[in-house]
Amino acid sequence: MIEQSKPKLLRKTIKAGELMNQVMSDYFYGVNEAATTGKQKVAWCTSVGPAELLRALGFAVHFPENHGALLGATRMATDLIPGANAIGYSPDICSYLTADIGAYLKGVTPLAKAYPGIQSVPKPDVLVYSTNQCRDVQDWFGWYSRELGIPSIGIKSPRNLNEVGAAPIEDVSQQIQALVPPLEAISGNKLDLDRLRETVALSKECTELWKQVLETAKAIPAPLTFFDGTIHMGPAVVLRGTQVAVDYYKVLLAELQQNVRDGAGAVEGEKVRLYWDGMPVWGRLRQHSEHFLQLRTNVVASTYCSSWIFPAFDEKDPFRSMAQAYLELFIVRSDEYKEQYMKRMIEEFRIDGIIYHDAKTCPNNSNSRYGLPKRLETATGVPSLVLSGDLNDLRCISDEQTKTNIEAFIEQIEEGK
Amino acid sequence: MSKPVYVGLDIGSSRTKVAVLDADRQLLGYAIKKSGTDFSVTAGICLDASLEMAGATRQDIANAVSTGYGKSNVEFVTTESKTEIGCLANWGRHNVSGIITLIDIGGQDNKIVKLDQEGRRSSFKMNRKCAAGTGAFLEEMSYRLDVPLEDMDGLARASKEMVKLGSYCTVFSATEVLENIRNGKKVTDIVKGLFYSVIKRVLEMDLPTEKVVMTGGVVAHNAYIVEMAAEMLGRPVIRPEYPQLAGAMGAAIYAINEKGDAGSADPNRLISEGELQ
Repeated sequence: MIEQSKPKLLRKTIKAGELMNQVMSDYFYGVNEAATTGKQKVAWCTSVGPAELLRALGFAVHFPENHGALLGATRMATDLIPGANAIGYSPDICSYLTADIGAYLKGVTPLAKAYPGIQSVPKPDVLVYSTNQCRDVQDWFGWYSRELGIPSIGIKSPRNLNEVGAAPIEDVSQQIQALVPPLEAISGNKLDLDRLRETVALSKECTELWKQVLETAKAIPAPLTFFDGTIHMGPAVVLRGTQVAVDYYKVLLAELQQNVRDGAGAVEGEKVRLYWDGMPVWGRLRQHSEHFLQLRTNVVASTYCSSWIFPAFDEKDPFRSMAQAYLELFIVRSDEYKEQYMKRMIEEFRIDGIIYHDAKTCPNNSNSRYGLPKRLETATGVPSLVLSGDLNDLRCISDEQTKTNIEAFIEQIEEGK
Repeated sequence: MSKPVYVGLDIGSSRTKVAVLDADRQLLGYAIKKSGTDFSVTAGICLDASLEMAGATRQDIANAVSTGYGKSNVEFVTTESKTEIGCLANWGRHNVSGIITLIDIGGQDNKIVKLDQEGRRSSFKMNRKCAAGTGAFLEEMSYRLDVPLEDMDGLARASKEMVKLGSYCTVFSATEVLENIRNGKKVTDIVKGLFYSVIKRVLEMDLPTEKVVMTGGVVAHNAYIVEMAAEMLGRPVIRPEYPQLAGAMGAAIYAINEKGDAGSADPNRLISEGELQ
């Protein structure tokens, strides 16, 4: 169909968004209060690091990747990245890292604008990482460790796993347990195993609800988009292990399930259903969301949003199940596993095409570089498109090329239908 | 009123191309002009020139479709647009039979579009965010070598011993060119090396099918690039009569189809084996 000027379709708002804004606001103010009053020790944690252990020990937890995403979404990142480049952190490495360090160097944060009264990111007492995603997080925290004179400790995770066997689980489980003594010393609290079990149970409940939220998009038309998902996953990232997150996802799930029953799709007249692999382009979230909407295309599933689903959590065996949960993630797995996983997603979500975002500064979250798109295309017949871009560094993006590529891809899919 | 005409406007980053077709997809008129900074004005000039060549006026336009970077800047004649990839594929579908790979080398980007037996797009690729393998690369190098762009084809043909340039990057390539000049290499050999570099960059984007068609401004002005590509691929490559108009003609064919005046590809008008380079 030839594209013609027609009335613009309007984005459907998710009503629960208001509650989520409140939940996130309370969270940011809470961590800020902990840091500024000293009432509670503050730990910084990588986004798929051992947050449950930190919460069980009474830490307020800040997630620098979440801050990195906020820097991207507010389009502050591109101006801040050069600051980190100038002190020796290459423009080719993680642009969450460079944006976050750049923001620190300049003394700015989007939190200050969004939440009056917050002056800066919460000052940490300890930095806790897991390299299950990449090495960059360790180097990122290493910089802050040297800058602030605070300890950076963590888990050096096995990677590229095909099967998550007993040996890597045991390895990571031991590493998590080894974090307990230093974290007890910093927090001043003895680990209460029951408290840890409770936190793991809440994380499990949160993750199960989040999974159900994402799975509502199996419906045709889907009640939410990938772009909604990147926003609404906020509590699953920063508040997993808390009752607040669980309560929020119950509200969100109920709304989306009702929308499914009502046949109310997030994209009016949904014609094409896509899968998004890789990071979002945070600074273009709204633009991409609008573009797909006008093309009556819904990105109904993604690797990224699904990365906060941890089926393995088990309060009966907290350390081992945490180890397993954080090893089973897509990003930790082999291409062979990823191929099978995406095949399942294509079938379950009835996907017409796959978009791979090849993020310049995030090789570990870019899955188009080792032949996966071609292999998957051959195996499934579902076409794919690779978009060159970046999660945060807008210098790596050509909006016009992206637009042309997406439109041509939708045309191709529609012609093939 | 004279016979209705169908217009395709391809507002490219470098050049604006307008094609005027009749309902039988015969090319009646065309115009090509540097896009400049005002896409609407340039498109208007090209539109009127191509209509004049076709012996028609704006009143004779039955339908028009735009494409290219400036496709939304021509609302004075149409609000209907398609992507340049779609238009290129549409041109290929109606002009070349069988499974084909279309390689379009334009000013700002290059595209590889594959069509299946039925003429449907099976895949497409665009160059990544750098200029390597595009017209912009050759423009930069012509400036560096102080050689007019239009002389490059003849210079490349005159080469006896090609200089190989290895870099991905236009800036690095420029340094390589300077190094070769310093080392006394002939300009002809360097230019052939630049052509070779363009083809290499394009061919590494995807695996071409047996039948390959090359289009775009770079192909239109540098026929030797097609000959070199054929040599590298070890098989003939099709270069149509109007390589630079493929996108505009594809847009015009969409304009015809949208009006329901034309069906599928006409076998009598398909580019034949005899036209292979």
